[in-house]
Amino acid sequence: MNNTANEVEVSICSALDNLELIQVLTDSLTCFMHFDEDSAHWIGMSVRESVTNAIQHGNKLDVHKKVDVRFEVLPDRISITVKDQGAGFRVDEIPSPLDSANLLKPSGRGIFYIRTFMDEAEFRCPSEGGTEVYMMKKKSNQGE
Amino acid sequence: MKIETRTVGDVKILDCSGRITLGEGTMVVRNTVRELVNADNKKIILNLAEVNYIDSSGIGELVSTYTTVTNNGGQLKLLGLTRKIQELLAITKLLTVFQTYEEERKALESF
Repeated sequence: MNNTANEVEVSICSALDNLELIQVLTDSLTCFMHFDEDSAHWIGMSVRESVTNAIQHGNKLDVHKKVDVRFEVLPDRISITVKDQGAGFRVDEIPSPLDSANLLKPSGRGIFYIRTFMDEAEFRCPSEGGTEVYMMKKKSNQGE
Repeated sequence: MKIETRTVGDVKILDCSGRITLGEGTMVVRNTVRELVNADNKKIILNLAEVNYIDSSGIGELVSTYTTVTNNGGQLKLLGLTRKIQELLAITKLLTVFQTYEEERKALESF
């Protein structure tokens, strides 16, 4: 693999059925890049969580609104950007799922998992609106 | 996502297989456990050994299931956690909430 980035971009409508399309695409890319099995699993889950949030909470399941997913493939890492067309949110207002008061809440763990399993995760509110999630994972053994 | 229910004494064991993800998977767990609770079953084991994928919605469904069972005076135990499910529960402190077992015999004896 050379050192220039290859980019794969896909734009989906906000239907939860499309999560499987994104899952298959993510798994194909991490397989192509020879990520180890655990890393590939956690990348796939992080992307799935992010796209779920974009469809469900960002675009409120409005099939007329798009979720744009961009994969940037480099020899030593993969970065993924997920952008929705919703109202945006402040990530620092999301309550911690680790607080004892939140332990038994049925939701609110997705962003925590993304931050845990990816090497970098940023949550942005671009000026044009929506929410943009950037995440990156390095390969554990770059010599592979 | 499939669930097969077995009865051992007064304990219901739910053998789950496949994926517990947002949508169908979480609904299957929710509906199956609610049916058991509504039928006044108090001792339930969720066997997750054959669950090959779970997302945060699936973890959330396990929490909801725990709440449903305990609020109705019952007990819910988890059996056969895969390494990945164990990790997801551990990092969100949920191993402090659930009673988990590797062996079915020990899970049954725990009631």
